[in-house]
Amino acid sequence: MAFYFVQFLTGLASAASLFLVASGLSIIFGVTRIVNFAHGAFYMLGAYVAFTLTERFSGAIGFWGGIVAAALIVAVIGVLVEMVLLRRIYHAPELFQLLATFGLTLMVEDLVVLIWGPSDLLGRRAPGFKGAVDFFGQNIPSYDLFLIALGPLVLGLLWLLFQRTRWGVLVRAATQDRDMVAALGVNQKWLFTSVFAVGVFLAALGGALQIPRDAVHHAMDLRIIVDVFVVVVIGGLGSIIGAFVAAVLVSELNAFGILVFPKISIILVFLVMAAVLIVRPWGLFGKAEAPARRTPGLTVNPWRPLTSNERLAAIAALLLAAALPLISGNYALTVGSEIAIFVIFAASLHFLMSVGGLASFGHAAYFGLGAYGVAFLAKMAGLPMIPSLLLGPLLGLAGAAIFGFFAVQLSGVYFAMLTLAFAQIVWSVAFQWVSVTGGDNGILGVWPEPWAASPSHFYWLSLGIAALSVAALRVIVFSPFGFALRATRDSPLRGEAIGIDGKRIQWTAFVIAGTVAGIAGALFAYLKGSVFPDNLGISLSVDALVMVLLGGVETVSGAIVGAVVYKALNIWLVSQTDLSKLVLGSFIVLIVVAFPKGIVGILETLRHRRRSDAPKPAVLGIESAE
Amino acid sequence: MSIAPTLLSVEGLSKSYGGVHAVRGVSFSLKSGEILALIGPNGAGKSTCFDMLNGQNVPDTGRINLLGEDTAGKKPRAVWRLGVGRTFQITATFPTMTVRQNVQVALVSYGRQLFNLWASTPKYAQEEAGRLLELVGMGGYAERPCGELAYGDLKRLELAIALANQPKLLLMDEPTAGMAPRERIELMRLTAQIAREKSIGVLFTEHDMDVVFEHADRILVLNRGTLIAEGSPQEVRRNPQVRAIYLGEGLLYDASHHDGAPA
Repeated sequence: MAFYFVQFLTGLASAASLFLVASGLSIIFGVTRIVNFAHGAFYMLGAYVAFTLTERFSGAIGFWGGIVAAALIVAVIGVLVEMVLLRRIYHAPELFQLLATFGLTLMVEDLVVLIWGPSDLLGRRAPGFKGAVDFFGQNIPSYDLFLIALGPLVLGLLWLLFQRTRWGVLVRAATQDRDMVAALGVNQKWLFTSVFAVGVFLAALGGALQIPRDAVHHAMDLRIIVDVFVVVVIGGLGSIIGAFVAAVLVSELNAFGILVFPKISIILVFLVMAAVLIVRPWGLFGKAEAPARRTPGLTVNPWRPLTSNERLAAIAALLLAAALPLISGNYALTVGSEIAIFVIFAASLHFLMSVGGLASFGHAAYFGLGAYGVAFLAKMAGLPMIPSLLLGPLLGLAGAAIFGFFAVQLSGVYFAMLTLAFAQIVWSVAFQWVSVTGGDNGILGVWPEPWAASPSHFYWLSLGIAALSVAALRVIVFSPFGFALRATRDSPLRGEAIGIDGKRIQWTAFVIAGTVAGIAGALFAYLKGSVFPDNLGISLSVDALVMVLLGGVETVSGAIVGAVVYKALNIWLVSQTDLSKLVLGSFIVLIVVAFPKGIVGILETLRHRRRSDAPKPAVLGIESAE
Repeated sequence: MSIAPTLLSVEGLSKSYGGVHAVRGVSFSLKSGEILALIGPNGAGKSTCFDMLNGQNVPDTGRINLLGEDTAGKKPRAVWRLGVGRTFQITATFPTMTVRQNVQVALVSYGRQLFNLWASTPKYAQEEAGRLLELVGMGGYAERPCGELAYGDLKRLELAIALANQPKLLLMDEPTAGMAPRERIELMRLTAQIAREKSIGVLFTEHDMDVVFEHADRILVLNRGTLIAEGSPQEVRRNPQVRAIYLGEGLLYDASHHDGAPA
């Protein structure tokens, strides 16, 4: 009994940091409507800076002063980021904001390694809380007790801040209607900046307070951000009390989940999250989200099928690509195969995003499931290559069917966060369930059969499947189903009023996209000869997002161009520099700020501009909802 | 008119939010080819009433009988399948499609082809879509991007979409809101003409009393959630209770009785 009680207290102590970070995210979202992906990065920075400060200054004052100073320093960094970057993208679509802050996260990950080195750092114990309290033979670290008390204390302070100060009143007002607050003459810029500073301060404080409990390392940002997303999805974005309750819930589930399912404890959190979403789609304390706004000034040219000339050009391009083995060596062909595979992957996500308006931040899950599907079939069941290639993607389909069902109940940022959390859950299972998946060691020896083994044959196979997949997706875009999907994206209200079951349509689209991603993953497993948890990791999901955005969301074929350019650039970059994340992150931020329409989008705009004989009057965006 | 079958009959419809009774015990019926207006001051419960008929809102109590089926609490798409077209106060269309494609999607849904992954939608039911657009006077705009349309044209497009499932009943929530006066009269004239030709029943809410008195066969007056008057335009115009509600707004000024002062 005592053991369970101690386990319960450990859970409560973990909840404190989680609550600090999640409440920061919630406050920032409430006012600025930005889901700050970089929140995990600020948490990590808080831990690193606090480590340095507490190493430099000893004693109780040095330690506690260092913790608070670290949070303040990181808050100042946050203010700079807000003023330089975020102010430019407040009016961009949510997806771009998520992506920009993700780019920031990538940059911070490399910078942290550059400054503090790649190895784990063990921080000092907190002065005054070094011992443990004996509880019926079980030890409870006294620092845990301190954290348990801190959580409710911070909750109380935040409550006072929001209820009793003028600033708090403004923040609450802006959370309800920021345009109205601006109309009342409040300087919105500084309100946003100060809110961002407070949010980042909380995140950094959460990180700094972790150093006596956990090692500081450069992957802690992604680990916390997934937990935080789960917390805000359960608690409801924008609600601080929700963040508190959900942080406690998630931490307790983690603490006890380890006892119940030691290998795959995260399943328990997933089950609870799924249950909450069914009963209360906007979280325990959340409110329904306003419909996502359209990008102002972004007029959309209706899509049309290819003309016969364009079709000929596409076939010519395909033939040209098929001639590559005649002129280049094996390395180029392997790169070519990889690019073809990523064209399939990017096209599947692009279908979901552009036609469905559903920006999945965890699309790699279905790519990876396809890869694992092949590995299971080939290695464990011993199936030959063709049946494995055909059946392997079904694992991606199954995953997309299960997760997609829950994900399409939500939209906008909730959808993005949920898909990310799902992907991370799949990743954890692949990573933790060593007896089946081989864990970090992966599954090796998934080699193609002799007929497909040579680089040129495998390249042709990949190219052929890529051409078929892209063509199939294009057919679907212009099919009645594709139009029903677009209709649901454009106006769910009108869609429902003409008999379209939007959720079912979106679910079907999710399954289609997941299956096609699974096909890409299946090929990838044979290309690499192995499968690792990274094949369904966050960075792969983000790669896909960047490819889509680089090509242009509001285009039919942008994903192909995006995948080719990005993948080629990426492979080249990794061979050139150790700081690929830093370069990549800067690149993402640059795209979002400078080229929100993507490459193909820009080309189309130029072509459209040249084509239209007379300049059209400025088009006023007519909103279907207020 | 008396031979025409009853399309819609509503009995004791009620809905409250917290302690506020938005709609209380509303009953009425509507026949084929009849044009019925639902009027009342802001906050009278018109939109709540409408949303319950359409399936967007579930009534607390009361029965909605639509073409012989009880539809209270059914989803909008199920109500639509029974033959109900709906237009919205703030137009809801598909801005990234052309005008014709907007109508084609509705036709695809009517033809139960929504999960067809193979056919080409731009070629689907082209002529039928063109006919519907001609009908509402939008034939010349078929290939224009919907996002470029002026507001009045969007309203007409919505009407074409709403007619795609060959409805027996049209629900129009403030069909002329936000339009110029001449456009208003044209749109309602067009609606009335289509309704009579195809004997579609029309229920609409409206703030513009000129439109209401010119086109409605019958008027329902809602105030604070209850029905306070029902009858022909003349009867409603003379009703002292209605006059009291609109007192001072000058909305019931009757041009044909120039001798009588406006109430």
